[in-house]
Amino acid sequence: MIEIENVRKSFGPLEVLKGINLNVPKGEVLTVIGGSGSGKSTLLTCINGLEPIDSGKIVVDGVEVHARGSDLNKLRQKIGIVFQQWNAFPHLTVIENVMLAQQKVLKRSKAEAEAEAEKQLKHVGLGDKLKVYPSRLSGGQQQRMAIARALAMSPDYMLFDEVTSALDPQLVGEVLDTLRMLASEGMTMICVTHEMKFAREVSDRVAFFHKGVMAEIAPPDELFGAPKTPELQQFLSATH
Amino acid sequence: MFNYNFRWNQALNSLPQMLEGALVTMEIAILSMVIGIIVAILLTVCRISGYRSLSAIATTWVEIARNTPALFQIYMVHFGLGSFGIHLSPYISLLLGIAFNNAGYLAENYRGALKAIPDTQTRSARSLGMSAPQAFVHVVMPQMLRISFLPMTNQMVWAILMTSLGAVVAMNTDLYGVTSALNALTFRTFELFAIAAVIFYVITKVITLSARLLAARMFRY
Repeated sequence: MIEIENVRKSFGPLEVLKGINLNVPKGEVLTVIGGSGSGKSTLLTCINGLEPIDSGKIVVDGVEVHARGSDLNKLRQKIGIVFQQWNAFPHLTVIENVMLAQQKVLKRSKAEAEAEAEKQLKHVGLGDKLKVYPSRLSGGQQQRMAIARALAMSPDYMLFDEVTSALDPQLVGEVLDTLRMLASEGMTMICVTHEMKFAREVSDRVAFFHKGVMAEIAPPDELFGAPKTPELQQFLSATH
Repeated sequence: MFNYNFRWNQALNSLPQMLEGALVTMEIAILSMVIGIIVAILLTVCRISGYRSLSAIATTWVEIARNTPALFQIYMVHFGLGSFGIHLSPYISLLLGIAFNNAGYLAENYRGALKAIPDTQTRSARSLGMSAPQAFVHVVMPQMLRISFLPMTNQMVWAILMTSLGAVVAMNTDLYGVTSALNALTFRTFELFAIAAVIFYVITKVITLSARLLAARMFRY
């Protein structure tokens, strides 16, 4: 379970998170929507401790992420994250990309790491690309590789930070299909996304962020069907 | 107008000795590069470590290495340290002097290369649970060395040419030293130095060409 309690975060004079409260139980698929600069991506990087927070707390499975002495490297094995772009390590082949952290962090043997990498890459449909370098992959394939790489660490949670935003439109579908597959397998996921149709389809709940505040959170039918705040109404009419 | 008789045969008789000198020159250049690369990586780590004192030491090193003559640097290793009672042989002085210079230039190359690597590489590595050193060693450093591979080749060529500065510390077994000694004996100045120049040229060409082949093999991505 991810518990987010009154989290505030500023970059210089700009407050990007203004007291966020949110709980994500195991097995939930939560999507986060909102305009640029609404703080939704920042929240993800705070959850796995890549960004410090100014106040409040984030607790993952009972461990406070930003407390002194928390073992962030250990915590991050539980929380996979995939970013918008530049995820692939260009100097390693696809399978080596997926093996590296398994070997260095989980101390798996080469054979174990290789078997797990192959399994995960097949799972995301890259079974025929094991030995190629990421530069030979399309953007969508690179994102699927990044997802496989995170999954190979056997995480309990997956965070997706606008993973389709940098892709050509025709490649978005394959990545979303991979996310749908994960959701149907019961993975706990937080997806920051601009894909409204996808959000509507896969989410248990959808959160709408506006200017650093979580303005609304509800099951998708409710949130999209009957938006309460004028900000969300405006946002939805602008994106349709 | 010219009153100089070329005697190539006489000079060419000394070729075996000069080639032996060339081997010493290559040995010094290679060792100085190995030391230089290791030190440059350490300097780079110091500079990005976030510790001000470490970063200041590294920056000072780079500034001195890049903004003073290599000849002074070699001279200081030999005679400068000598003033403090640290007496190094000409070979070691030349080796360390060139290594000092290499490290400074290479560290600056590495800094430029780091700028070309997006932050998200480190972020991705850290988000997979890798520690900061692991992320540097396994993700950032290989890319850094690849980007700076050609500048490193240039530095290797420089290292070869810089061995001739061993003259100031009375180095006499490298290519320049051997040539110079032969010249003192035979006065076939033009021939000897022309041959030495050709040997230098061939060595540096071989280095640049093999570096290119190596790069094509190593960097397939």
